[in-house]
Amino acid sequence: MANPGPPRIAIAGNPNTGKTSLFNRLTGAGARVGNYAGVTVEREEATWRLGGLKVNVVDIPGTYSLAARSGEEQVAVRALFGLDGEPRPELVVLVVDSTQLVRNLYLAVQLAEAGLPFVIALNLIDAARKLGAAPDPAAVSRAFGVPVVATSAQTGEGIAELGAAVLAALANPPRPAVHPPYPAALEADIEALVPYGAAASPAEARALALWTLLSVDEHDELIDIPAAVRAEMARRRAEAASAGRDLDLEIVSARYAWLASHNLRPPVGAGARPDLSQRVDRFLLHPLYGGVTFLVVMGVLFQTLFAWSDPLVGLIESALAAAGEAVATVLPAGVFTDLLVDGVIAGVGSVVVFLPQILLLFLLLGFLEDSGYMARVAFLVDRMMRSVGLHGRAFVPMLSGYACAVPAIMATRTLERRRDRLLTMMVVPLMSCSARLPVYTLVIATVLGNHSTILGLPGRPVAMVGMYVFSTLMAFLAAGVLGRTLLKGPKVPLLLELPPYRMPRIPTVLRQMWMRARSFLTEAGTTILVVTVLLWGLLYFPRYEPPSGVVLDEAAVASEQLSQSYGGMLGRVIEPAIAPLGFDWKIGVGLVGAFAAREVFVSTMGLMYGIGADADETSVGLREHMQAARNPDGSPVWTPLTGATLMVFFALSAQCLSTLAVVRRESRSWAWATFLFAYMTVLAWSASAVVVVVGRAIGLQ
Amino acid sequence: MATTLATLPFGALAVVVNVAGERGFRRRLFELGFMPGNSVRVLAAAPMGDPLDVEVAGCRFSLRRAEADSITVTPASAPAAAH
Repeated sequence: MANPGPPRIAIAGNPNTGKTSLFNRLTGAGARVGNYAGVTVEREEATWRLGGLKVNVVDIPGTYSLAARSGEEQVAVRALFGLDGEPRPELVVLVVDSTQLVRNLYLAVQLAEAGLPFVIALNLIDAARKLGAAPDPAAVSRAFGVPVVATSAQTGEGIAELGAAVLAALANPPRPAVHPPYPAALEADIEALVPYGAAASPAEARALALWTLLSVDEHDELIDIPAAVRAEMARRRAEAASAGRDLDLEIVSARYAWLASHNLRPPVGAGARPDLSQRVDRFLLHPLYGGVTFLVVMGVLFQTLFAWSDPLVGLIESALAAAGEAVATVLPAGVFTDLLVDGVIAGVGSVVVFLPQILLLFLLLGFLEDSGYMARVAFLVDRMMRSVGLHGRAFVPMLSGYACAVPAIMATRTLERRRDRLLTMMVVPLMSCSARLPVYTLVIATVLGNHSTILGLPGRPVAMVGMYVFSTLMAFLAAGVLGRTLLKGPKVPLLLELPPYRMPRIPTVLRQMWMRARSFLTEAGTTILVVTVLLWGLLYFPRYEPPSGVVLDEAAVASEQLSQSYGGMLGRVIEPAIAPLGFDWKIGVGLVGAFAAREVFVSTMGLMYGIGADADETSVGLREHMQAARNPDGSPVWTPLTGATLMVFFALSAQCLSTLAVVRRESRSWAWATFLFAYMTVLAWSASAVVVVVGRAIGLQ
Repeated sequence: MATTLATLPFGALAVVVNVAGERGFRRRLFELGFMPGNSVRVLAAAPMGDPLDVEVAGCRFSLRRAEADSITVTPASAPAAAH
């Protein structure tokens, strides 16, 4: 029966039990992140060195119960019972929040009913002692017939004892035998049901039958449930309904009755003295003080991403520039050196440059999650976010989108359900990110004079603020539309726990942060690097040679090079598509170049207008050249209407390969990345066309 | 006498009588402690009056009004005095 290789242990438990902290404590650094087959639920595995033994530990997503409604929730039962190709663990460590004992032990009842060998870690024991309500490990152990150890992942208490208990349990597996007092009619249902999946023992067959009774019906979204099981289940449900029985209540209440009969700790009545978290929440959820605190916390988060990451980004950029220069001085000038400096090194730069924001965002997210404040954020904004079908937890990713879509999309992992993650991912790139800012700045400064006005107000600031308001409204509008159509929400409403406030554990936060950064570098990063080098090649080849006898300065050569490159050709090819928007082929080349990063549009314009690649959005020379540019009919290219159209196009289009690469990584599908690109491009083109038509109608040029 | 959790005054103790609504959600409510006979209390509401901060069996949950409306309760005592 034993699997070859090191023994496997699964760590399971309710959400907010400190399960991840404990997992990190036991295994140290170096987890392997994989995926459960068929669903996008991450599977974290690591090695636990236990005495002389190497043990494989897998972290099961936090869950209140094995019963499931969706393939995502089904992961727990699959991983613990070794169903549908999942490897079966030799032992389960069930992490229990000692301060919420009874609700947490509900999951223990389900494991014990199945006779699965497990060990209970009464975690957060220090917090329970402070409340004066520490459970008795010996009593819990007697009730379930399994070893029980009091632990604290915070202080390290009980970790060594847990290791010893696990070693002993591996050598001599505990055999729990628990029978909640189910009514006779239910026992008949259990007997009659073919269990879902292969059961290793009669107890397991019973447990899987109970799981089926609680989980399977005509509306579930479970995967791989055999048709025979579904048919029998439908018959049983119909019979129970006609007999006036409530299957769900029968099962759940019998389990709680079993727990109550063992009197492990009477559940704390709702009338008990309010605990510290409740007192803190009188302030943090207060309509006024809570609102102000919320704004301050979100303000700090935003400022950190938007501004405080800048010095780090600058450092990375200058380090890479220095590396490029060093290579260029050592190697002879030529195609290979250009590839290395402008293609590969710049490409690595375009990946690494995201690291400061990713690290900072996940550092802050870690503190928000571990402290329990994230649940309050979701609570406070739920009403507003729900109006467009978004989850309250989508607020932080959406806000981060103003800085950069890449970390923001990675932050959608804080959402549990795939549908919520996908919907957030699909609209975050509409938030006006900081890479659009240089484009807006250049365009506004080009088409609006310093003293221009819009509706009697200073024109430039109004235009800038207008772009931010516009992009935010469009993101919410898109969420509303997608959330009611393509990503229609499930029928099951939300129930969010408001966990007690706790001190975040810094090693856990740092480790999560590092793992996110590493997965970005190795997975999305490689895609970004490859495509960046390809884009470089598109603008570099074929090489331009000035005709003999013609002497051009460097900027003019660069401009010619660009305009006759493949990218330049592409700009002309797409010109018919963008001409109705008032864009010429030079803007087309700018759009092609902006794929590497939106702000590259500015330097591409610098090249196109012969100023050189060093031009930035504040460069007066570039602005003047753009203002002087004329269409073949003599009219200016850069009118206020063209400017408005271009900004609307930039606000809505998915001109960013890094965003697309990260969406592919996070959704684990090219289909969603492709859909994002397609819908945003269509939206951008249509909205720009509306701007042109309306603008002309009201007399703008 | 019976009312729903959504209309319960803040701080008032009540006892769950019945839970209606979509099956999966109802089952989850049972599993988390919203079972007939258990006492519940609404602590507060978010800005704009929704969702609610609900306490049951020593745990707190954010529950939307629409769902709280599917939980029938009977008041257990006069609203608890402020602490």
